Amino acid sequence: MAELVIYGIVLGSIISLGAIGLTLVYGIIRFANFAHGDFLTAGAYSALFMATVVLSWIGIPDSNFGSLSFGWRMAIAFPFSMAAVGCVAIVLDRVLYRKLRQKGSGPVLFAMSSLGAAFIIRMIIFILWGADSLFYKPGMLRPALELPLGIKIRPDQILMLLVVLFLITTLHFFLQKTKMGKAMRATADNMELALISGIDTERIITWTWGIGGALAAAGGILYGIDVQLHPHMGWNFLIPLFAATILGTIGNMYGALIGGLTIGIAQQVSTAFLLPTYKPAVAFIIMILILLIRPEGIFGGSSR
Amino acid sequence: MEIWGIIAYLVSFAIMAGIYAVFCLGLNIQWGYTGLFNIGIAGFFCIGAYASAMITTPKPTGLYAHYVRQIFGLNLPFIIGLLGAAVICGIVAFLIGIPTLRLGEDYLAISTIGIAETFRLIFNNEHWLANGPRGLMGLPQPFQDLVDPKHYNYIYLIIILIIVVIVYLSIEKAIRSPWGRVLRAIREDEVSAAMSGKDIFHFKMQSLIFGAMIMGIGGALYAHYTKAISPDVFTPLYGTFIIWVMLMAGGSGNNKGAVLGAYVIWLIWIGTKFMTDLLPYTLKARAPYIRFLLIGILLEIILIYRPRGLLGEEKKVSKLVD
Repeated sequence: MAELVIYGIVLGSIISLGAIGLTLVYGIIRFANFAHGDFLTAGAYSALFMATVVLSWIGIPDSNFGSLSFGWRMAIAFPFSMAAVGCVAIVLDRVLYRKLRQKGSGPVLFAMSSLGAAFIIRMIIFILWGADSLFYKPGMLRPALELPLGIKIRPDQILMLLVVLFLITTLHFFLQKTKMGKAMRATADNMELALISGIDTERIITWTWGIGGALAAAGGILYGIDVQLHPHMGWNFLIPLFAATILGTIGNMYGALIGGLTIGIAQQVSTAFLLPTYKPAVAFIIMILILLIRPEGIFGGSSR
Repeated sequence: MEIWGIIAYLVSFAIMAGIYAVFCLGLNIQWGYTGLFNIGIAGFFCIGAYASAMITTPKPTGLYAHYVRQIFGLNLPFIIGLLGAAVICGIVAFLIGIPTLRLGEDYLAISTIGIAETFRLIFNNEHWLANGPRGLMGLPQPFQDLVDPKHYNYIYLIIILIIVVIVYLSIEKAIRSPWGRVLRAIREDEVSAAMSGKDIFHFKMQSLIFGAMIMGIGGALYAHYTKAISPDVFTPLYGTFIIWVMLMAGGSGNNKGAVLGAYVIWLIWIGTKFMTDLLPYTLKARAPYIRFLLIGILLEIILIYRPRGLLGEEKKVSKLVD
């Protein structure tokens, strides 16, 4: 059981990365982004492309770091893929959502447009890579470390937790200390007031998409390292992402972090008595319970 | 003989598009008239198809029971299957409406995705329920003894057309009643509808259930057309996404548009198949993805440049106002 909780924290940290991006987009732009799961997929596959095509062509060696299952190629591909998916998110906003904003379309049209974008991203991945599961390094033995209480954990997973911790701390300081971060929080609080104070909301929107896309990409790559890549992987994350976002109160980054960990742990612990394929359903049930008991989430005040 | 081949092809085209027209009409009640954002149509599709399949087939016995497991089989007529599918979908819609309809529209959207995925997982993994991933086969077709199976599609086309007409007329009737006007009032402005003394939650719930029941009928019609169903049919692409594109293309808030959209988009969908047939052999396996990519791009173009669709909404729905 302790082992399942540890694995749940690993999975939950991936969900948190996605959910933090989703909650920022949701809170700041008031936009339920149904393409967010597919940002995870896009990140995972762009890292695959970087590591196996671009960096091997440049001639970066394929050796691994110590007992980790990846080396320099992945270390370089990781930030580049985050930037790439951040750009994808910004481009989607420019090409699709900004046009809808200018026409004053209702919120549901945005959601529908993002659903269309989700399918477009997924179909491109299907076309380029096919429908099979892929690995960054196929056929690799991945030995686990033995911790007390009989917990087995792979070195990769420890590093993953450190990466997530680093990204979240960075984002925390960005939102708290920088001017852009403060402007983003102000916009999330009250968009009209932010506009009156001279905040350029289009710039805020661009930054929000960039950060959201980059974090989702990081989550996707980490999942790819931990488990495998599949064009549907992000879609399976969509319900957990929304569940984590709603649980942690929409717009609240720390809530999304806690929500993500909670959902991740619940999903992994459920495998003790349910088939693992039911993981999305577990997240769904939790979400329905939150909607019934406390739809504003754990950090929400009573309705504004 | 060539001409009969083409006619048979057109008939099968008209049947599939007619089934999708039923889904579009169901979605039109929810989205077109009430503004309910249901993106889990595949869930109701799946439930309707399985419900009707299990109502109309006998429970497997003897040796056959070793190969096909299903929790019940009632061996009742087709029409009971349709009604049963509608009722069960209505109940599921009621249950999903309770936690979500008081909240913003996004909550219903994500919950309907959840219900669609959950039911697909259940039908895939629970072998005792409806034979797991292998699904159910040999579903009965109404009046199947009347003609040679080769020509059966003509009869089924007539059945589909009759049902489309019945569904169309009943929605038109409902939407032109005071009840229908309340739905549109809710879609336009929830607060002022509530201030006129309308119970928003109950009207939304009725709309959600009504639409879901029609989707259940659509699922049943699909099951008895293909005679074989398995959980992998009810994916978000075939079961939800394409139906949304159809309704948006035809014109949400317009029942004629819903039917037209189903036929037009299904024609485009079939047309893209001829296009991808021209692709080099190595790309053939990826052809369905290319086709869906085109449909996705089409949706984005519609949303930006013509959100009202081909026909747009009828502004007047009462014959008393002119």
